[in-house]
Amino acid sequence: MNPRLTLATTARVLTQIRHDPRTVVLLLLVPSLLIGLMAWIFVNTKEFETIGPALLGLFPFIIMFLITSITTLRERRSGTLERLMTMPLGKFDFIVGYTLAFGLLAIIQSLIAVGYAVWVCGLTISGNVWLLVLVAVANAVLGTTLGLFASAFASTEFQVVQFMPALVFPQILLGGIFIPRSQMPDVLRSISDWLPLSHSIEALQKVTTDASGSGTVLREVGIVALWALAFVVVGSLTLRRRTE
Amino acid sequence: MMNSGPAVVTTGLRVRRGKSEVLHDLNVAVPRGQVVGLLGPSGSGKSTLMRSIVGAQRIAGGTVTVLGLPGGSPSLRRRIGYVTQSASVYEDLTVTQNLLYFGRVIGAPRSDIDRVVREVDLAAQANQLVGRLSGGQLSRVSLAVALLGSPELLVLDEPTVGLDPVLRRDLWTLFASLAAKGVSLLVSSHVMDEATRCDRILLLHDGNLLADETPSELLSQTHTTDADDAFLALIAQAQNERGAAA
Repeated sequence: MNPRLTLATTARVLTQIRHDPRTVVLLLLVPSLLIGLMAWIFVNTKEFETIGPALLGLFPFIIMFLITSITTLRERRSGTLERLMTMPLGKFDFIVGYTLAFGLLAIIQSLIAVGYAVWVCGLTISGNVWLLVLVAVANAVLGTTLGLFASAFASTEFQVVQFMPALVFPQILLGGIFIPRSQMPDVLRSISDWLPLSHSIEALQKVTTDASGSGTVLREVGIVALWALAFVVVGSLTLRRRTE
Repeated sequence: MMNSGPAVVTTGLRVRRGKSEVLHDLNVAVPRGQVVGLLGPSGSGKSTLMRSIVGAQRIAGGTVTVLGLPGGSPSLRRRIGYVTQSASVYEDLTVTQNLLYFGRVIGAPRSDIDRVVREVDLAAQANQLVGRLSGGQLSRVSLAVALLGSPELLVLDEPTVGLDPVLRRDLWTLFASLAAKGVSLLVSSHVMDEATRCDRILLLHDGNLLADETPSELLSQTHTTDADDAFLALIAQAQNERGAAA
């Protein structure tokens, strides 16, 4: 891995996105609009206080998963990846370059979403707001790396979109948003312990409800980061210089 | 000695794609400092041979030696320029931004960008998004990327497809001038009249090498006056031989 080539890849990806202003606007504003809608739906109940934090983690995760898996699939299909693999670009340069570019977008997206949820929608945060941003960013990076990984197993855009219900929905269902994970059947709870999204939802709920839970939050974020790292490593193994 | 041998040598090269073998025991040599045309109908294995040379193709047997090193060696990645059949450039970047990125990846000096843009005659389009260019301009962007860093070997898969006669002539002139500077070129095409512009011709049919000759040798041996006829004569001959063997 060569930091110069990694950053060159990051700069290239960001330049590509800059040429597509509609995507940038959608990417940055849609999560906030959805959070606003949720706050409005639950305006007469207390539900938003429990669902709101989870949403702050879910949107960056889902959106980053989708855009990353589709853009990298595009690299595979357009021939640019094959060309890069005949050049002195390392596999990690490629994957980490993408992760950094989308991670940066995720930071901006999360800052906007958290700011909107707290200041406009009135979400109360007992813990540190910056910790909430950190968890949201970790989620976005998780989505990016899972998307990179998933794109390796898709050969068409149709397949890559199907990976969303296949890989993302089960994690949402088992993540403890609908009912607390402690009330799930044992088998499902054990499975959910091993899903990265469960840990990020746990971290989000902790940071919003517990002012003294920073230690737990950081531990959960650490687990999410390890998962993201694992996806980067496995994702780079799926990049091949030689193909059939 | 390392620099005097051929640019590319394959011995007994076999490539399988799925269940069928697409290259059968192929022995090919590309001499240095020449423009070698790789001709043959579509599906004859031209792209597969090129991918094997640049190290993008998994091979089932035989050897590929490129610039004295085993094909696919990491140190070759800066020394080969490769144009795939699809454009393989980023449509949502401008011409210059594409060249800037690929130039950084191979470590080419920045001054190379102006040079290659001029060589492929895209100076007027340098700041346009690649996605808005015409098909012929698009394939020239891809060629420009391959020229970055002045590689010793250029492997160009149908670089003149979709270009008008003037541009095609200009590109073949460029290829000849690169060869005169010592660059080795392997250029595939299915347009037979381009064969006459090459120093040497490799004729591929159904994964077999039918001919490895100079254009004039090809014409005199097949008693024909143009490349199309020569090619048809060789294919008929190959099919007869196969029919006799079976």
